[in-house]
Amino acid sequence: MKTAAIVAIFVALIGLLAVGLRLDPREVPSPLIGKPAPAFELPLLHAPDKTFSQKELLGSVWVMNVWASWCQPCLVEHPVVSELARSGIAPVVGLNYKDAREDALPWLKRNGDPFKFTVSDSAGRIGIDYGVYGVPETYVIDRKGVIRYKHIGPLTPEIAQKLRALIQELASGG
Amino acid sequence: MARLLLAVVLFLALPALAQEDPGLDRRVTNLAHELRCLVCQNQTLADSNADLAVDLRNQIREQLKAGKSERDVIDFMVARYGDFVLYRPPFKASTAALWLGPFVLLALGAWLLLRRLRQRTPQRELTEAERRRAAKLLE
Repeated sequence: MKTAAIVAIFVALIGLLAVGLRLDPREVPSPLIGKPAPAFELPLLHAPDKTFSQKELLGSVWVMNVWASWCQPCLVEHPVVSELARSGIAPVVGLNYKDAREDALPWLKRNGDPFKFTVSDSAGRIGIDYGVYGVPETYVIDRKGVIRYKHIGPLTPEIAQKLRALIQELASGG
Repeated sequence: MARLLLAVVLFLALPALAQEDPGLDRRVTNLAHELRCLVCQNQTLADSNADLAVDLRNQIREQLKAGKSERDVIDFMVARYGDFVLYRPPFKASTAALWLGPFVLLALGAWLLLRRLRQRTPQRELTEAERRRAAKLLE
């Protein structure tokens, strides 16, 4: 009886630790899901005299990908982002985060530019409004301008698949 | 000599130059100690030198300077990064286990200990023969 109790406690503890080890502390739940995408008006990377505001995409489902030329994981996810953009399922807007124009433009030239357009957040202020803390990050914004999904870290083909399903659902009136 | 003197005077004046408003500095630091750096998660914003931590400290300074209260700044951070940004998480349903868990475990431990102590059989007194034998062994 006593041994059984000790074994039960031991197993429970192992179970608890096993679950705990599997949780990723970097996956901070974003309080922004279900909230309107924070407003911004930022210069375009390719044409700094023009600006883009998130309001202009009201009415369509779109994806915002936060990237920077100094960010290694961005390079890793770039083929996945490119494929998502090429599939034409939704416009993918780049948010160039805390980057210099003279670094960002060659980066796009080198690795391909899949974005509908890219806006420059060189000071990182809009990044703070979107709760960005680890580039790359990817957001899905619905037709009403509400953030529906946020992914922190490089996009993998599996997650891109999930995004596609979500976008389709949102686009068909969900 | 004069140059050396100038250097010494400037060196002594450095802290004064850096702190144009010590009151504001203190408020920024106090608040930065309450908030978590999202990049290096076991450090506070005050302890971290990550890029984002520097930006967020500047953000705190700017907002306090603009006349916002500590509460406003904390709300600003929570709206963007969630409760996780707080070093002292608020007490609510999802964090009840976190706050109460240790006390529950403590109570459980105390209960087990008490039960054990009560169950312990009182020690038997030694008989005269045993006492003599023990004395002999100890000699």
